[in-house]
Amino acid sequence: MSQEAIVHGVEWTAKELFVYPNEFIYWSIQIVMYPYMTGLVAGAFVLSSLYHVFGQKDLKEIAQFSLVFSLALLPVAALPLLLHLQQPLRAMEPLLTPHFTSAIAAFGIVFTAYGLIVVSEIWFVYREYFVHQLEVLKGAPGFWNAQRRIAYKVLTVGARDVSEEAIAVDHKAAKILAGIGIPVACFLHGYAGFIFGSVKANALWMSPLMPVIFIMSAVVSGIALCMLTYIVIMEWQAFRKRRQGGAEAAGDIKGAEKEIISKATRYLLGFLIAAISLELLDLIFRGYTAMKSWDILRTVMYGKDFINIFVLQYTLGNLVPFVLLILPGLTIRRTVVALLLVLFGVFMMRWNVVIGGQAFSLSFAGYMHYHIPVIPHSFETFKEGVLGALTVIATPFVLFWLINKFVPSLRRDIGEV
Amino acid sequence: MSCSRRDFLKDAVSGAAATVLPLSAFVFLTTDEAKAAIAEAKVRWAFLVDTTKCVGCGLCVTACKNENEIPYDAPVTRTWVERYVVTTDGRTLADSPDGGRDGFTTGTIRDEEIDPENVAKAFFVPKLCNQCDNPACVQVCPVGATYQTHDGVVLIDREWCIGCGYCIMACPYGVRFFHPEHKVADKCNFCYHRITKGMQPACVDSCAFGARRIANLRDPDDPVTQIITTERVAVLKDEYGTKPHVFYIGLDASVR
Repeated sequence: MSQEAIVHGVEWTAKELFVYPNEFIYWSIQIVMYPYMTGLVAGAFVLSSLYHVFGQKDLKEIAQFSLVFSLALLPVAALPLLLHLQQPLRAMEPLLTPHFTSAIAAFGIVFTAYGLIVVSEIWFVYREYFVHQLEVLKGAPGFWNAQRRIAYKVLTVGARDVSEEAIAVDHKAAKILAGIGIPVACFLHGYAGFIFGSVKANALWMSPLMPVIFIMSAVVSGIALCMLTYIVIMEWQAFRKRRQGGAEAAGDIKGAEKEIISKATRYLLGFLIAAISLELLDLIFRGYTAMKSWDILRTVMYGKDFINIFVLQYTLGNLVPFVLLILPGLTIRRTVVALLLVLFGVFMMRWNVVIGGQAFSLSFAGYMHYHIPVIPHSFETFKEGVLGALTVIATPFVLFWLINKFVPSLRRDIGEV
Repeated sequence: MSCSRRDFLKDAVSGAAATVLPLSAFVFLTTDEAKAAIAEAKVRWAFLVDTTKCVGCGLCVTACKNENEIPYDAPVTRTWVERYVVTTDGRTLADSPDGGRDGFTTGTIRDEEIDPENVAKAFFVPKLCNQCDNPACVQVCPVGATYQTHDGVVLIDREWCIGCGYCIMACPYGVRFFHPEHKVADKCNFCYHRITKGMQPACVDSCAFGARRIANLRDPDDPVTQIITTERVAVLKDEYGTKPHVFYIGLDASVR
């Protein structure tokens, strides 16, 4: 391999006009994935809290699912950061010697705190079930049942009191945790926005609105992903029931689903409007004040990245799903299309921030283009390429499948009522 | 041994007090407090670039790469030279192929042949780390692997850098990059290993035209310090509030 190839960033950066020699796209696809996945975590949690804290009863089923799903998403928020480090073996250093003037330094702390909240809330919601499983599996034949029982034994942490008072305490604790969790989830993600918004050297990123924009779009994407996954799973269950001849049961699922979906859609639209308004405000403000950087920003936004920003993000990712969701006679199929577009739109927003912020040189006199590695020929082009991003996207679903084996978030008869 | 609740609480309180009181003798200092606690440093390194003397030969870039073991053909460099050409019709063209390492030997900028008749003004601008007084890179390092020494130079701990790239993003001057072999952030440090032993930085030594010079701002008798304090000098991008310490003679409005 030539020496050129081992300089980080050379592989996927194409320079145009006058760019300083050391400038490359240093933050690539994994840094796009980081705020995207963090946003999904935060959004999923907020959706679950709408039920737990604000008592939106009709959201109950999707709330249980969202809570567990946000746990599955949680490790994946840190995964992209790990994958993009040049020295991944030193990943624990921010916890060992945190340098608190850095916005990244507190990531480990905020992330861990949030993780503890999610895990304990799930524990309080499902403790009764864990204890119940101990009884069910007692003396059940087979090696795996014995293992499962041991797992549940560990999960109860010895707290096996299922008296009415104890359960009431559980519920109260879950509610309090969900309440604390909302600001922490928003902080976790607003903080991701701060990491970008506070970089004064970057003309596109530097904006106090960045954290707020990130939170709003996070909730949008989190709700969208939870709704989508929920619909897919429910449809699958209904399909299986139909095949077994239970048309009636399938009808039940359909009905329940519609109500939840229409309710969640309303929240989704609210947050979507907030996100778009803030983004447009940011754009208008930059154009109106026309600071030194505006000349180059304008050529990037209205020229080089026009398709990415205005066609893919705003039109296809925001406007089209907005219209699809707001038109009367909403069907599940139309919802699915809209949700996919919303998720795509938020992804493009992250892309346009992270990659778009590096699309122009610090000299304001040149451009950089990002060519994402598709077919990897080294570990670096794997982890910072399409395959690395797909790995990150796939992981939460695998984790959810695993967690759901012990915490059946999709069963209607279990959990807090 | 029996232990009543009262005893337990009593012991717990006195135990906690016994642990906390000695700890309170330790004081956490902010960076500024720590700096003030150490006596005022006798040295504050700064740099003076006289752009009117630079001929764009690129020997400084070669010398730097050799001295600091930056792979010669890697497209990253701790110092570089930019060429600026302002044409008679008001266009500004700038380039720095391979950081200007091999000198500027043709009149072509990015495949555009510049007619010498059309050149209103043209000059070279050497660039290096500004060793800022308020370094954005130090502020954003999550692990404290990059830090400012008492004599003003910003250094990087190669053993502790996690390679997150936040410092590279935070630097408004684009002086930072990932070292192709060490896989950590890297940048100019005024050849700290040389200047602290009474030598000149490699680029200063290699410049035959005296375009690059190093100064100790705390020494009023330093001839370079006298130039910085008595003549009209400018710095790059002061709007970022980083308080850069590389001073320029003959800087032009077209310099980026």
